[in-house]
Amino acid sequence: MKIHEYQGKEIFRRYGVPVPKGEPAFRAEEVGPIAERLIAETGIPVVVVKAQIHAGGRGKGGGVKVVKGGPAEAQSVADKMLGMQLITKQTGPEGQKVRRLYIEQGLDIARELYLALLVDREQRRVAIIGSTEGGMDIEQVAHDTPEKILTLHVDPAIGFSPFLARKMGFALGLGPTMKGPLGQFVKLLEALYKCFTQEDMSLLEINPLVVTKGGDLVALDAKVNFDDNASYRHPEWKKLHDADEDDPVELAAKDAGLSYVSLDGDIGCLVNGAGLAMATMDILLNHGGRPANFLDVGGGATQEQVKTAFQMILQSGHVRGIFVNIFGGIMRCDVVASGIVAAAKELGLKVPLVVRLDGTNVELGRKILDDSGLLIQSASSMGDGAQKITAAVKQAQA
Amino acid sequence: MSILVGKDTRVVFQGITGESGTLHAKACLAYGTKIVAGVTPGKGGQKFEGAVPIFDTVEQSVRETGAEVSCIFVPPAGAADAIIEAADAGCRFVVCITDGVPVLDMVRVRRFLEGRNTKLLGPNCPGIITPGECKIGIMPGHIHKQGKIGVLSKSGTLTYEAVGQLSALGIGQSTCIGIGGDPVGGLDFIDCLEMFNADPDTHGVVIIGEIGGSAEQRAAAWIKANMKKPVVAFIAGRAAPPGKRMGHAGAIIAGGKGTAAEKIAAFEEAGVQVAPSPADMGVTMRAALNAAGVSA
Repeated sequence: MKIHEYQGKEIFRRYGVPVPKGEPAFRAEEVGPIAERLIAETGIPVVVVKAQIHAGGRGKGGGVKVVKGGPAEAQSVADKMLGMQLITKQTGPEGQKVRRLYIEQGLDIARELYLALLVDREQRRVAIIGSTEGGMDIEQVAHDTPEKILTLHVDPAIGFSPFLARKMGFALGLGPTMKGPLGQFVKLLEALYKCFTQEDMSLLEINPLVVTKGGDLVALDAKVNFDDNASYRHPEWKKLHDADEDDPVELAAKDAGLSYVSLDGDIGCLVNGAGLAMATMDILLNHGGRPANFLDVGGGATQEQVKTAFQMILQSGHVRGIFVNIFGGIMRCDVVASGIVAAAKELGLKVPLVVRLDGTNVELGRKILDDSGLLIQSASSMGDGAQKITAAVKQAQA
Repeated sequence: MSILVGKDTRVVFQGITGESGTLHAKACLAYGTKIVAGVTPGKGGQKFEGAVPIFDTVEQSVRETGAEVSCIFVPPAGAADAIIEAADAGCRFVVCITDGVPVLDMVRVRRFLEGRNTKLLGPNCPGIITPGECKIGIMPGHIHKQGKIGVLSKSGTLTYEAVGQLSALGIGQSTCIGIGGDPVGGLDFIDCLEMFNADPDTHGVVIIGEIGGSAEQRAAAWIKANMKKPVVAFIAGRAAPPGKRMGHAGAIIAGGKGTAAEKIAAFEEAGVQVAPSPADMGVTMRAALNAAGVSA
């Protein structure tokens, strides 16, 4: 689960990680008074208006504006930014609508660094990644100048040790003495590690972490992802969730216990298991078809879930055919078949449907389909099914 | 022969009285797996299905029944603790089926297992089966056939698909392992390939990967350097768009990396035959066996 920058910074504050003063705003008229407060509190006449969307690359897309003209100008900048479709390299071409802003004090920046914590799959430990090249696309830095990135790992049995921070801090040029920024960095990293582990984060990225002209370390950005598997022990995450950032269809699927991703083809897919669902998309491609979605009904789906899945496919307007591919393990083929029949009867089936069932209770499942009176083509294998559905869709178009 | 589990393997089920624990323990018993004990804290002294003794702790079950392999159906909040308990009790192999274990819990588990003689499979995996001998997991037993081919995969149902194709061609399996798709887990592709390579009764291996990460590329490099047996691969997710997560936590093409094309190229470079379609995993294995002059 992703959260917004301002929410991440609120968590940082709780752990004693230095962040600039700032307040979120949902309407333009809130922005003038916020800017006024920030200017009065900090004595700095500059504020920054930042669009709050989950995608990165906001600055380049026009989602971050430095305002030097005071509260009135901040408000007018905010007015333009709220409601705009912000397009960044992570949003896709349609962009993401800006509904929330974060108004922050301006800072005099001397240096920009990069700092991140994440779970390193290969080392099976929390990794601390730092670079002197802050404010840049870190994947680009990793590609062009890998020597400018330092990665350290934390032993989970020991937890954070200050030497890790010293090692990283010297490498980031925060010395030469332990006073000043390096001393601050040791405290900051200890706080971040505690924050990362206690809050069950899967990613914590600060890009940039800045050294101000006054010599202070400040987290200028905060990108935080939580580990969804840990949601049971974090009821507070519900309040941090921003449903506007989710695809409504994918969200509805999640609520029904399904895994769904919209794609741009015209053959709807209903499959059990993520691997088989991906392979089903692949085999459609092999036969010249194009999948309209990725849909995994899971290992133990109920008849009701199958029906919901079927509804979702039928409701997506551009579907010209449906391919059901089930290899029943825990999931019984008769349950799938009953769900399909119930959904098709209730919703009306106007496009070709090819069903491939295999595994547990397959004969019973096929019988339910055959006896349903519905026009369903049965497939003997995955390849046979892919061929039948692509042919049927082509024929319907001709 | 086979790897990790066989007809004499003595198994304890942790969480045997829970809903899915009960369902799958029954199916495994019916398959012939020697489930010698169950563990549910607070239900020690009872019997599962009137036959299998239930204990309060894994340690008791190991002491009383000689259980050596544990299968875990404990809910996510207790799964990491259950794995640690099994390892502490001396189980040589732990299969954790539970889906939804927090990744930082698994980081601690892996640290605990360092230096211990306990192998872990999973979490979030379908389990392991040596056909005709021992099934520890949630796979449908009847699609398998005893034989000489190892099957190795991150995915559950796609593994069943591969097994179904092999069995239909008369090609049996030595052991089939689903390693699961979680970011931090136990046995990886290379651990399993090493065991298949060393097992005299495994004559070839089908490996099924998917988009995201680089485990397949590392497996390909290992195969190139070490593998003495024919290997056939399939990579799922050629049709997946970049940046979208395809069900599994790791199945995402990020920053242009982890694409199917990249992984297919790595396997081909290692001399592995890559099935062009998921419908061709079985026939590609048959062709590879014929080309190598190896019997199935």
